[in-house]
Amino acid sequence: MEATELNNEYESRPNMSKSKWTEIWEKIVEIIFFLSACMAIVSIAIITFFIFIKGVPAIAEIGLFDFIFKTDWYPEAEILGIGAMIVASIYATLGSIIIGVPIGLLTAVFIAELAPDWMIKIIKPAVELLAGIPSVVYGFFGLVIIVPIIDRTFGGGGNGLLAAIIILSFMILPTIINISVTALKAVPREYKEGSLAMGASHIQTIFKVMIPAAKSGIFAAIILGIGRAIGETMAVILVAGNSIQIPFSILDRVRPMTAHIALEMSYAAPGLHENSLFATGVILFIFIMILNIVLNFITSKVGE
Amino acid sequence: MNNFKISVKDLDLFYGDFQALKGINLDIEERKITALIGPSGCGKSTFLKTLNRMNDLIEGVKINGNVKLDGLDIYKNIDVIKLRKRVGMVFQKPNPFPMSIYDNVAYGPRAHGVKQKSVLDEIVEKSLRSAAIWDEVKDRLKKNALGLSGGQQQRLCIARALAVEPEVLLMDEPTSALDPIATGKIEELTEELKRDYTIVIVTHSMQQAGRISDNTAFFLLGEMIEFGETKTIFSTPEDKRTEDYITGRFG
Repeated sequence: MEATELNNEYESRPNMSKSKWTEIWEKIVEIIFFLSACMAIVSIAIITFFIFIKGVPAIAEIGLFDFIFKTDWYPEAEILGIGAMIVASIYATLGSIIIGVPIGLLTAVFIAELAPDWMIKIIKPAVELLAGIPSVVYGFFGLVIIVPIIDRTFGGGGNGLLAAIIILSFMILPTIINISVTALKAVPREYKEGSLAMGASHIQTIFKVMIPAAKSGIFAAIILGIGRAIGETMAVILVAGNSIQIPFSILDRVRPMTAHIALEMSYAAPGLHENSLFATGVILFIFIMILNIVLNFITSKVGE
Repeated sequence: MNNFKISVKDLDLFYGDFQALKGINLDIEERKITALIGPSGCGKSTFLKTLNRMNDLIEGVKINGNVKLDGLDIYKNIDVIKLRKRVGMVFQKPNPFPMSIYDNVAYGPRAHGVKQKSVLDEIVEKSLRSAAIWDEVKDRLKKNALGLSGGQQQRLCIARALAVEPEVLLMDEPTSALDPIATGKIEELTEELKRDYTIVIVTHSMQQAGRISDNTAFFLLGEMIEFGETKTIFSTPEDKRTEDYITGRFG
């Protein structure tokens, strides 16, 4: 039936209009797809535009150097330096990477290479669940479990940089594990066979051939982990202590940039104080942009 | 007694319920080239992999019978790592690691604990020379091995296998991915290598088996149909099926 209809298209006129409608319908659907795709671009453009339009004048007024490097924050006196917050963000992120990357990578190796099937069936859903837990729940867990443990062990209240690092380490695990597993599984079988055939052990093969061969993917996993850690807000607010100071000990209370914006936005007076929070957003945004550029650089090198 | 490097007795191999090898008996002579021929899926590659236990990597493989290397049962009396050090392998598709030429060759010795730079340098040069590729790569040892041509990559893989000083070299259709010139070089190389090594080569090409091997085994549907001197197999095969295959009536 359909075949004859198609053949008729070329011969009889009445079907011409039918095919015309099909064509128009196809076009409309195409446009809907296109508009959906535009949403992402429009959203990012609008967000970027607003953060910058509100934030950049504030930075100009305060002075870029003072804003980034000064560590005094007295909004009433319009002394607005976020140096302490930037340092807190960097420390918290770095700490979580130092703990999270080795654990995540070893877990990924275990899943990709070593674990028996029945164990993978337990670990994989567990990791996915870890990714699905809302961040406020992580924060709550940190507040009632991690903070008291730190307090009992080291004293000082427990909430501070260390608690933030530990919680963030948990939170970046799923990102690091999932992407690293994918990268390790993509390593050609021939590499593994070649190594084993020379009498290298399985563990030697993993560390000397497979991980180096998967290194681009693993770097991508680390970068995405950093992005997750630096952008995390709710969990950090609940455990970090939120004092504005440059930490000198891992137990000191800190306030990363994200927490800073969330905490002050509710009561900031319109004007320079509020705009300086947008300016903090600009700095955070730049950090994320840099990470994305690095990530793009790494993933584009994979193709080579 | 005899100069058999590897003796295989009543070897059966199963992938789950499927029997891929049926009662194979075969003696491989030392410092000779033994070719395994037969149509696709006849079990010749599977058989080759039982000789250094690469089949261990596949799940659900069961093996009966025994394979002896210098009289020792490789499934009972030899540790698999030591076995693979003694029985090296070159694969169908050249598979150099994504690292420098030097590191590729030094990989095996390093895995077996050689750390001293001067010793490694020596092994790398010797292995590359043995694989007849030294002159082509000596000026770019630090360059990535993936930049070499297919034929060079395969000779590098041979050098890499030689670097752990094996006694036996298994070659699984080593030239099937290469052009005729590169193939010629590898064939020449096997002639050189058999002075020091026992070589077992799986090949799709009967001409290749005829050119380079001393002994030939013909496999069909998991059975070894005939085994003997290459000359004899090719001129006066005993079995009708061998004759049919060699004269190109099937396969």
